[in-house]
Amino acid sequence: MKRNDVILIIAILLITFGFVIGTVIHNHKTSTEGGLAVVTVDGEEYGRYPLNQDVTVRIDLADGEYNVLTIADGEASMSEASCRDQICVHHFHIHYAGDTIVCLPHKVIVEIVGGEADDVDAATH
Amino acid sequence: MKTRRIAFLGLMVALAFVLSYVEMLLPIHIGIPGAKIGLANLSVMVALYVIGPTDALILSIVRVVLVGFTFGNMAMMMYSLAGALLSFVAMMIGKRTKLFSAVGVSVLGGVFHNVGQILVAMVVMETSRLTYYLPFLVVMGVISGIIIGIVAGMIVQRVAPFGKNR
Repeated sequence: MKRNDVILIIAILLITFGFVIGTVIHNHKTSTEGGLAVVTVDGEEYGRYPLNQDVTVRIDLADGEYNVLTIADGEASMSEASCRDQICVHHFHIHYAGDTIVCLPHKVIVEIVGGEADDVDAATH
Repeated sequence: MKTRRIAFLGLMVALAFVLSYVEMLLPIHIGIPGAKIGLANLSVMVALYVIGPTDALILSIVRVVLVGFTFGNMAMMMYSLAGALLSFVAMMIGKRTKLFSAVGVSVLGGVFHNVGQILVAMVVMETSRLTYYLPFLVVMGVISGIIIGIVAGMIVQRVAPFGKNR
């Protein structure tokens, strides 16, 4: 065993160690950011809003129609819509990854991406 | 002395084959896919030092194909092949630089074998989650590489005359 061998082994272990720390920090960062509410209008992405910031977004559509997306307490909901049926407004608040609210008349979709998964669903599926 | 070379290569393929089988019998399951001790790497190491890189490469590929068809399946063969090739390239470069002894070269081989397998697994399964395994696999590769390297060094000393005067 030469001195270079020892250096090589230590270098490999150090790189690995650095990699582990890097991923841990990265995961920590992304996990505190939590999920995102992704708004899609007619198949095109309209915007992304982090769930940990309370915001109210007015989504203006063609012909003066609109939807209002509200994010509060880490949950997203459609608080107002200019459509007739109001199904999206009555939809329960969403926050688990993969949850969606759909406003069919306006072709608006709100989907949660990333963040906490629904444990119950994961187990039952 | 072509016959001599062929005989030695055949011997090494047989050795690698048996070592792969022995490794399969060993009840060491750490719960990490792709984590192996890499006993068969011993014969590749010996071949690399005694009869040169070309034959060692042939040995490496033949071994993977043989073992894959006998004990494994296509998926396993694909992972092994990627691991074996990457590991071989790393070992060859490591040996060419003349910086390291058999131990260093073997460590390079062990680490890159595991890295190559994980990379292919990531491409096949289309997920980057597997990077979590990487540190464990690298450490495993280093440990097994040191042991294989020491043993290979001892073997090479004893069979080195065989590769010469051809």
